[in-house]
Amino acid sequence: MGRHVVLIEDEPNIAEAIRFLLTRDGWSVDAHSDGATASQVIRDANPDLVILDLMLPGKSGLEIVRELRAEHGMQALPVLMLTARGQMRDREMAEKAGVTRFMTKPFSNAEVLTAVRDLHAQAGQG
Amino acid sequence: MARDTLTGSRIRERRLILGMRQAELAREAGISASYLNLIEHNRRRIGGKLLVGLAGVLGVEPSMLSEGAEAALISTLREAAADSGVPVAELDRVDEFAGRFPGWAEVLAAGHRRIASLERTVETLSDRLTHDPSLAASVHEVLSTAAAIRSTASILAETGELEPEWRDRFHKNLNQDSLRLSESSRELVNFLDDGDTGADRRGMPQEEAEAFLQDHGYHFPELEEGTAEPADLLAGAPALASEASRSLALTALEKYAEDARLMPLPEMERQLAVHGLEPVELSRHFGCPLPAVLRRLAALPEALAGQETGLVICDSSGALVFRKPVTGFAMPRFGSSCPLWPLYTALLRPYVPVRRSVMQQGRTAAVFDCMAVAGPQGVPDFGSDPLYRSVMLILPGADAPDDPQPVGSSCRVCPRRQCPARREPSILKEEF
Repeated sequence: MGRHVVLIEDEPNIAEAIRFLLTRDGWSVDAHSDGATASQVIRDANPDLVILDLMLPGKSGLEIVRELRAEHGMQALPVLMLTARGQMRDREMAEKAGVTRFMTKPFSNAEVLTAVRDLHAQAGQG
Repeated sequence: MARDTLTGSRIRERRLILGMRQAELAREAGISASYLNLIEHNRRRIGGKLLVGLAGVLGVEPSMLSEGAEAALISTLREAAADSGVPVAELDRVDEFAGRFPGWAEVLAAGHRRIASLERTVETLSDRLTHDPSLAASVHEVLSTAAAIRSTASILAETGELEPEWRDRFHKNLNQDSLRLSESSRELVNFLDDGDTGADRRGMPQEEAEAFLQDHGYHFPELEEGTAEPADLLAGAPALASEASRSLALTALEKYAEDARLMPLPEMERQLAVHGLEPVELSRHFGCPLPAVLRRLAALPEALAGQETGLVICDSSGALVFRKPVTGFAMPRFGSSCPLWPLYTALLRPYVPVRRSVMQQGRTAAVFDCMAVAGPQGVPDFGSDPLYRSVMLILPGADAPDDPQPVGSSCRVCPRRQCPARREPSILKEEF
């Protein structure tokens, strides 16, 4: 199984930090900031994992996940959602939309790395 | 127990309240004491002439004895029982309770109504915190920036050998995000503290009244021309949801109308052309006290005043009872404002006009020309200590002197740590 991540995050410095971390951990990272084109980017890249911000310009992270889950071959793609909205209601909506794991900001680098490795391992076993 | 079977209990209750003996009431009503005893214990039904006679002696309407407490009271008590979540074994005796102990029943019902009112206020505020888009955006900005700082700082701290190019880039990011966090934190706190964000103001009487005034630009042509009374203007103001907010708005409009009568707009316009925004000259010309002139100037349309004007009024406790915001001059929404405002200097010296150039601290610091004076609230009386209110007109863009007085909005969002007037620590770093 490969180690290719698509990162959709409109906060450039968060995106840069995550890209640095994952690159050092042996991942190839495609970073994008626009929600409107995110679904197409993910389709084209066919990554092993997606990291997605909830609030994005153009289209929300939840909409993007719903679109992906409706497509053939995208149901099992691990999606880690990052968000500043950590209320139970937001978590429930994310789970309902098909998000694999939900992480609230501000998070630690270790948490992101652990989550990415866990999701990758679980997807490999599945 | 049915309501009409409790007439006797109510008669007994009323008699005991009046301190009458059973025999005394019986004699005055023309019946025997033993018969009255049966009536009072609900063992004899009464009506007609005897009921009217007893009610007359007891000084109440016959319906108060026959029908008991009002249906609304009973209904409220039932609601209180249902809302308590506790099974009330005596729920079927609520009529009896209200009939025998009307005072306590009213206390319980008033408590229940108060709880319901407070719950509505809490819901309103909670809804505002949850759904206000401005607040959500501010919180999102703060948390996103904090996430960026945390990730970047961790990389710098935990990565052993970091290439100089990456290290420089992360240092730059850290610096940018630190500034952003400072700014977004300030905006967030200002949002919570300030009154001029245009946010949903339901639930707070003073904010509702201020929103009403703001919607009219603090200017009311009908009152200027005398074509309407203050109360008439409230009729078309659905935004004033509570009785308290309507009362506050009415008071403000009545003061407005009084000032407008003393200083009619056409003459004010002529005098402004001669003197400009000089309250003392205008006070002399119109023969009006300075506080009224300052209020009047703040009520003029911007085109007539020639510039934006702000106004604050505080009572003797220092609480702000009126706020007309002005761009760049932050006014706290909750809690106390900066004691260095000339408003408070004037409050300490009634009748003495105080004029100061002030500058609020922060990245967007601007200079304001503040004119304040305190005067008695109402007509002073020999028999009581006077109450004072202080009024401050705020004019932006003053000709900046060399040393405008530094002031803040409130201690919580003021970065001047060494300020002698500080009441509580600030959440901001100095001069960030």
